[in-house]
Amino acid sequence: MAEVRLATEPFDPGAELARFTAAHPTAGGVVSFTGQVRAGDSVEALELRHYGPLTLPGMRELADAAAARWPLAGLLVIHRSGELRPGEPIVLVAAAARHRRAAFAAADFVMDHLKSQSWFWKREKRAGTWHWIEPRGEDYADLGRWKTDLEEPFDTAHAQSQE
Amino acid sequence: MAGLVFLGRLGDLAGAAEIAMPMARTTALAVVMDRLPPALIAGLRSPKVRVAVNGELVPAEQPLDALMIADADEIAFLPPVSGG
Repeated sequence: MAEVRLATEPFDPGAELARFTAAHPTAGGVVSFTGQVRAGDSVEALELRHYGPLTLPGMRELADAAAARWPLAGLLVIHRSGELRPGEPIVLVAAAARHRRAAFAAADFVMDHLKSQSWFWKREKRAGTWHWIEPRGEDYADLGRWKTDLEEPFDTAHAQSQE
Repeated sequence: MAGLVFLGRLGDLAGAAEIAMPMARTTALAVVMDRLPPALIAGLRSPKVRVAVNGELVPAEQPLDALMIADADEIAFLPPVSGG
């Protein structure tokens, strides 16, 4: 039921969302989140790297966990890999459900796990130099809101204590 | 050849995203790692780095040194992730 994609080329979140919404006419609501590269933040470029054997299978497992937890009519997860410019979309998560609470919660859950427990590595270029980015303390804290059976590859309690 | 794959900042430490390691025989990972530069070894041994062999994640609690690496295996070193 979940549609999960690892995109290596730019995608159009508006077109994807319109298509997804049209495909789920029985859903009473669709909640979506689009993440994009911040402009005007002295970031010249953002690069996302992935590891083929783990990244897409992990995204599918995450989507399945969300679909098992909330009554969804549909779930769409698209995440970019590669080099991105300011303003370009990084991620789109859309959840369609009969009632809004499930859609809000599922989209929120998937985003929290994409930020700090999915197989992506992110670096940004500032003043011509690349810097690797690790999740912030609040990214790990956000995760703590969900109790799941998903294996969390990185010990969030340990990471938080180092903040 | 065994392939060592370095994700994220570990690729900067290694100077390459991937290193091919000649393997005469099946060898413990500790011995394979000993052939790498000390600064890279230190990075790979961080408790926050996870390891996957041929796309299978090694359990976090399993000691890495005794992992047996065969010719044509791919060993990936995975530092803390950051997506979205």
